[in-house]
Amino acid sequence: MTANGRANGKANGTGPRARNLLWLQSGGCGGCTLSLICAEQPDFLTALDVAGIHLLWHPSLSEATGAELHPMLADVRAGRVSLDILCLEGAVIQGPNGSGRFHMQAGAGAPMRDLIAELSGLAHNVIAIGTCAAFGGVTAAGANHTEATGLAFEGSAAGGLLGASFRARSGMPVINISGCPVHPEWVVETLLQLAFGNFTDGDLDALGRPRFYAENLVHHGCSRNEYYEYKASAEHLSNLGCLMEHLGCMGTQVHADCNIRLWNGDGSCTRGGYPCISCTEPGFERQTHAYLETPKLAGIPIGLPTDMPKAWFVALAALSKAATPHRVKTNAVADYIITPPSPGKGKARK
Amino acid sequence: MSRRVVGPFNRVEGDLEISLDIAGGEVKGAWVNSPLYRGFEQILAGKDPRDALVYTPRICGICSVSQSMAAAAALAGAEGLEAPENGRLMQNIILAAESVADHFTHFYLFFMPDFARPIYAGEPWYDGVAARFKAIEGAAAREILPVRAAFLHIMGMLAGHWPHTLGLQPGGTTHAIDRAGQVRVLAILSSFRRFLEMRMFGDGLEAVVALGSAAELSAWAEKPGPAASDLGVFLKLAKALGLGELGRGTDRFLSYGAYEESGRHLFKRGVHAEGGLHAFDPRQITEDLASGWFARPNTPRHPSRGVTIPDADAEGGYTWCKAPRLAGEVVEVGALARQLVDGHPLICDLVAQGGGNVASRVIARLLEIARIVLAMEGWVRRIAPHEPFYAESALPPDCEGAGLIEAARGSLGHWVTVKNGRILNYQIVAPTTWNFSPRDERGVPGACEQALIGAPVRAGETEPVAVQHIVRSFDPCMVCTVH
Repeated sequence: MTANGRANGKANGTGPRARNLLWLQSGGCGGCTLSLICAEQPDFLTALDVAGIHLLWHPSLSEATGAELHPMLADVRAGRVSLDILCLEGAVIQGPNGSGRFHMQAGAGAPMRDLIAELSGLAHNVIAIGTCAAFGGVTAAGANHTEATGLAFEGSAAGGLLGASFRARSGMPVINISGCPVHPEWVVETLLQLAFGNFTDGDLDALGRPRFYAENLVHHGCSRNEYYEYKASAEHLSNLGCLMEHLGCMGTQVHADCNIRLWNGDGSCTRGGYPCISCTEPGFERQTHAYLETPKLAGIPIGLPTDMPKAWFVALAALSKAATPHRVKTNAVADYIITPPSPGKGKARK
Repeated sequence: MSRRVVGPFNRVEGDLEISLDIAGGEVKGAWVNSPLYRGFEQILAGKDPRDALVYTPRICGICSVSQSMAAAAALAGAEGLEAPENGRLMQNIILAAESVADHFTHFYLFFMPDFARPIYAGEPWYDGVAARFKAIEGAAAREILPVRAAFLHIMGMLAGHWPHTLGLQPGGTTHAIDRAGQVRVLAILSSFRRFLEMRMFGDGLEAVVALGSAAELSAWAEKPGPAASDLGVFLKLAKALGLGELGRGTDRFLSYGAYEESGRHLFKRGVHAEGGLHAFDPRQITEDLASGWFARPNTPRHPSRGVTIPDADAEGGYTWCKAPRLAGEVVEVGALARQLVDGHPLICDLVAQGGGNVASRVIARLLEIARIVLAMEGWVRRIAPHEPFYAESALPPDCEGAGLIEAARGSLGHWVTVKNGRILNYQIVAPTTWNFSPRDERGVPGACEQALIGAPVRAGETEPVAVQHIVRSFDPCMVCTVH
């Protein structure tokens, strides 16, 4: 018996057997769930149907409260209910002093950390939802007072709660869908590929992130690309120009397809007028500079694209700056297009 | 007397556990525990003040923009910076979009599914309510997710995305829109309004906001359109289950005032207590640590001088939540408080008759959806394209500021002290910190703890459904509470 009255029943999808998904939250803000239920075409619940996934329990969506949840967890522990997919949203909290008491599981009197570790060992696949669950994230910021860590990584170092050698029962490592928050489609497309049985280790990058979104850079598809090409930079927020030179944008180095698939319709950080702060990367929560400022050495931004010789970049930048069209130069420091492209000549009618 | 521990409470944002003393078929005492500590106030110490705009939204995934707005207001206050008119309007629109989406999500996904619980299976209204509102499987959940997602396109357009935008700044907003942008936002609002009028209210928004008394509401709910609407269904349930007598709280209400425009608030600022309206004095806010797991000694302090040092072994502690008090008193915050302080006649009448309770809290939230959507339409039209949306300025190295705003769930305050260009102290008092606070040094329980007293326990119930209704009527956000 499950929290919703169905045990391993066939859902309305196409799979042979409903896969059970259990969702837990710990040291985080719940924002990944709120982002996930912004999924469109299909919406999140329909996506679960398509994937043949039965939601055993989700803290924001399910009917069951404690007295109904605890027996279901007991069924999972005893193997009476199979745990096909475990999703953790939020970091694992280990403090104070390794006790886990900064997050006790409500109604159970035990550290949430222990439940997460136990269920991870039982799950066919384990998914870290968001940068907190993947790497520690904002919950681990500052001096990390709460001793927060990711499931299988602590920052960029493999390890975390479960250890570098952890494999779920399927043989796969923890799938790290990083992002603060996650894009709904990153989660939906991972779940669908798992359900269709064609998602393997090879689909993950070195940090355990699905390559389908992590092999792009935020820079790809950025609507400010022309400004970037000419190093025509915004001087302050709300200017149209490139945000890299002065305003801290890390989009040329950050792994994600934010400017290709877009958010809440047609948004993204850079389209919203503010820089990429590298929220899909481990350690984004502990920058050594202010987020809205580009650190520079001798006037040159220190965070240049990683796969290009610096000298070339500097030379090209100097050249393109010198060649910047008046239109691009003036628009870069304006909030609206003040110099439109010159009218096209078109082709004369014969 | 038996003591029961109920939790985790789901369909609230974050983690919640409540201990109940039960005797004679009702709740005699309640202790609200927020079992997760995250330490944002410690994280912020020593940071560049502008970085508060990166960290504080991540306190909460559902009140993310509200946290941004409070941080931006605190920093703007510290620099004495005024955002240009367009920036102000955009801040209001973005904050309003979050509040409306939150009220909407709360009603359909968090609150109503409790009426589809098996314990109500014998009730004459059960089948229809379960078919529409059952968690996950009900028709409403399937219907509203696309509506909510389409409405939040406003965030994609104006703020990059939601949650966790950097688009709200002390000097305004970072993305200027033109006339085409204006009409696109208006079109999204119209489409959302259509859903509200078809399904949530069964009537025009103007008719909803014009309801002037409890009697008018009852008569309205009998009309064919409204009667078949989701609010109409709730009003029938409220009558059948006595929700107007359930979960009465302190009947002292606070609103910081919501949606500032041209020096005034759309929804007024003030305190409603002993049946009358009083001025709000921010200096009267204190946070008491007597029942929190925080280092002693405990002396209630104003948040601008607040201290947050966790201590899991603190004597007398039972939660990670502090206990904010106004002039030493417990107050309730939220849509009900906001609409009451603003003097909306329907809400004033409901509170005069039955105080704050499960029904009046929910009605106020839905009324507010209608009022805010109408206001949003006006703000969007008032944007002047090609005028500035953003003003740049530098923060003085030593300064102090307070950002007092209204989030969906109620009064949210940020207090920041900057020294040598770095954050010396940052304190946050969130709406649910007010509503779900524990006992203070005088032993006075918090607003929800008070509201739970007298909740009926049906035969055989381990986790009383009445308790579920009362707790969720506050729309608690526990991740904000414990930040």
